[in-house]
Amino acid sequence: MALPHVNAVVIGAGAGGGVVAKELSEAGFSVVLFERGGWVSFEEHGQDELLNQRTTVLGNAYGPDDRHPRVHESSPGQWSTVQPNEWGYGNNAACVGSGTVSYGAMAWRFLEKDFRMRSTYGAPAGSTLEDWPIAYEDLEPFYEKAEWEVGVSGDMSGNPFIAPRRRPYPMPAFPHYREGRLLEAAARRLGFHPFPIPMLRNSVPYGGRGACIHNRLCCGYACPINAKNGTQNTVIPRALATGHCELRTQAIVAEIVVDDHGRARGVRYFDADDRAQYQTADLVVLSGGANESARLLLNSKSRLFPNGIGNRHDWVGRNLQDHAYSGAWGLFEDEIYDDVGPGATIAISDFNHGNPGVRGGAVLCNEFIRPPYGFTGIRPPGAARWGKAHKEFQRHFYKRSVGVQGPVQEMPMFTARVQVDPVVKDHWGIPVVRLSGNRHPDDVVHGRFLASKAEQWLKEAGAVQTWISLPGLIQRSGQHQAGTCRMGNDPTTSVTDRYGRVHEIDNVYVADGGLHVTNGGFNPVLTIMALGYWVSHHIKSDWKGKLT
Amino acid sequence: MVAGVISRSVEQPPSPSHRPLSRRTALKLGLTGLVGVAVGASTPGVIARLGRPALPRCIFLTADEAALLADMCEQLIPGDDTPGATDAGVVHYIDLQLSGVYRRHQSTYRRGLAAFAQTCRQQHGAAFAELPVARKLEALRALEAGRVPPELWGKPSPQAFFNLVLAHTMQGFYGSPRHGGNRGYASYRMLGLDYPPVTGRNRPPKA
Repeated sequence: MALPHVNAVVIGAGAGGGVVAKELSEAGFSVVLFERGGWVSFEEHGQDELLNQRTTVLGNAYGPDDRHPRVHESSPGQWSTVQPNEWGYGNNAACVGSGTVSYGAMAWRFLEKDFRMRSTYGAPAGSTLEDWPIAYEDLEPFYEKAEWEVGVSGDMSGNPFIAPRRRPYPMPAFPHYREGRLLEAAARRLGFHPFPIPMLRNSVPYGGRGACIHNRLCCGYACPINAKNGTQNTVIPRALATGHCELRTQAIVAEIVVDDHGRARGVRYFDADDRAQYQTADLVVLSGGANESARLLLNSKSRLFPNGIGNRHDWVGRNLQDHAYSGAWGLFEDEIYDDVGPGATIAISDFNHGNPGVRGGAVLCNEFIRPPYGFTGIRPPGAARWGKAHKEFQRHFYKRSVGVQGPVQEMPMFTARVQVDPVVKDHWGIPVVRLSGNRHPDDVVHGRFLASKAEQWLKEAGAVQTWISLPGLIQRSGQHQAGTCRMGNDPTTSVTDRYGRVHEIDNVYVADGGLHVTNGGFNPVLTIMALGYWVSHHIKSDWKGKLT
Repeated sequence: MVAGVISRSVEQPPSPSHRPLSRRTALKLGLTGLVGVAVGASTPGVIARLGRPALPRCIFLTADEAALLADMCEQLIPGDDTPGATDAGVVHYIDLQLSGVYRRHQSTYRRGLAAFAQTCRQQHGAAFAELPVARKLEALRALEAGRVPPELWGKPSPQAFFNLVLAHTMQGFYGSPRHGGNRGYASYRMLGLDYPPVTGRNRPPKA
């Protein structure tokens, strides 16, 4: 039985898709929003330290489940099937709101130079480093919209490195607590410019929901009182309230159907009861994240697009990025821990650009509170892993440790990629994502620079022992996955145009981190939301008067 | 920290009609690992079986396997003035997961424990349980480094087996008690963390 035709299908109810569904349905488009997971709540897993989105040894609290395997290249030429809670999978989440349900909720705007990386620094050999086809100024109004519609607490008055902004944040910043105050004073002594981390979290009641209660465990968990702002409690309810948007959960989109004129007609998917369905639409928006959106384009093969949609020049799935997290840990004589969650409050942006010998850099922030199991992995080189010494370290230093880490901007690699696996299929018989490729070696060099700054900061704060942590070379992406559907002006070296529309097909769009040409030296979610508004804005003007 | 109090205050669930072995008795019988296992479980059936100590209390592990594993885990996180792995029910955690999400590790445990038991007999001339603590630590360090008779080990490798047991021990000791370990919030108490955190009533921030 044919389903009623709609104007738009949006695939993936995360940071990008939630925004697009709201924008289009408020503009009067009829929308079906597909989500492969379901609604999730805090109650199911609570603050389970072994089963959340950050520590997944017993599974992912917010999806996906084991019906969604992937394959990754575990060593050269060796392909291993991996489950969503295993390393190598590159998971974000699968639920209404996706990663925005359980994220740490840092709300960064990229800086102007983050959109002009190639012209600022030149591309290192072996990298596909490029400028974005849009500038910070293009995205600025949409950053603002994200900050006000989803809800951000912040205050950039102490940060001289910000890009121009027209409006302040809608909520005041969170104050620093014991650890933040210690680091703030140390940063000032060093001539750094500390400021509070902007957060998609309510410092005061906002959007009809209460203020943060400072749970110990926040990053990796849903909020028990809904004070953390994701798309699931902001824009998606607004989309549904229009009456124009239908959310279909537990829906697995298998393929975009293309007609003989090279236009998308709709999508084939499996509903919650695993029945094959066909939903037609005027236009299709992919918001499944850098891994799954690339997979869907590659799995949508047709006579006119034998290598998948948008893949005529073999750019779909390429340039997979995340962040080359680098930083340092410090041990202190006195107790620093004061049990005020989520822990991360303070940042410096002094080293995002202008670093000698480094292309880009990263914001440096203090870490979220480590639960006791997580802390077992935080040790200086050579420390005992077990026995009496392990226990004594844990007991003595749990409340005397501080971490500073930064999401170091990566140099994109054509060979770090998402493909579809020729053999392995998921529960629905759909070829799965397969991941392979390495980071650029310069990422580790850049990471070492940022780690040295983090270490310097900790020492100034009084750490009696410090050590650095550096990224590995293998690229598997994850919660910051980006780059696989690069936007660009040249159709031979990119997947979409500057508005997120896939080259060579006029009614398929991408609105997620896949669009990112480069991934900034910041957590990417606010940029993904801003791109959701940006792409929606252009869909609305392109399709005015053309909807069926 | 009130460590001395903690080690004596590991709760036993109330079981009016089927009184479990006392801890002291259990220690004498060398059954601490098993009692820790059984007490950590909360289903009436399991508690009821406590009256019959001859029955294995584990779901996947045999009684011998559980005893050896408990002894290994106790060396990884030893009890001192605060509980160690045994008192925290780490083996119970591992056994529960081996019957659930860690089903894929069953053969690693089965083969690894057998190979380690045999290794001890060959290298030390005695079962692991009979070795003094210093020799136990030596045996575990040898396992960790792969210094074991190769003919006794195929898959898993000694290092892989050791690392798996170590990871699971840390999870069972420090992770959320809902999975069967960290009994009585032992590790949280050791670290001076208030648990369980009361949702919505966390202390106000001290700005």
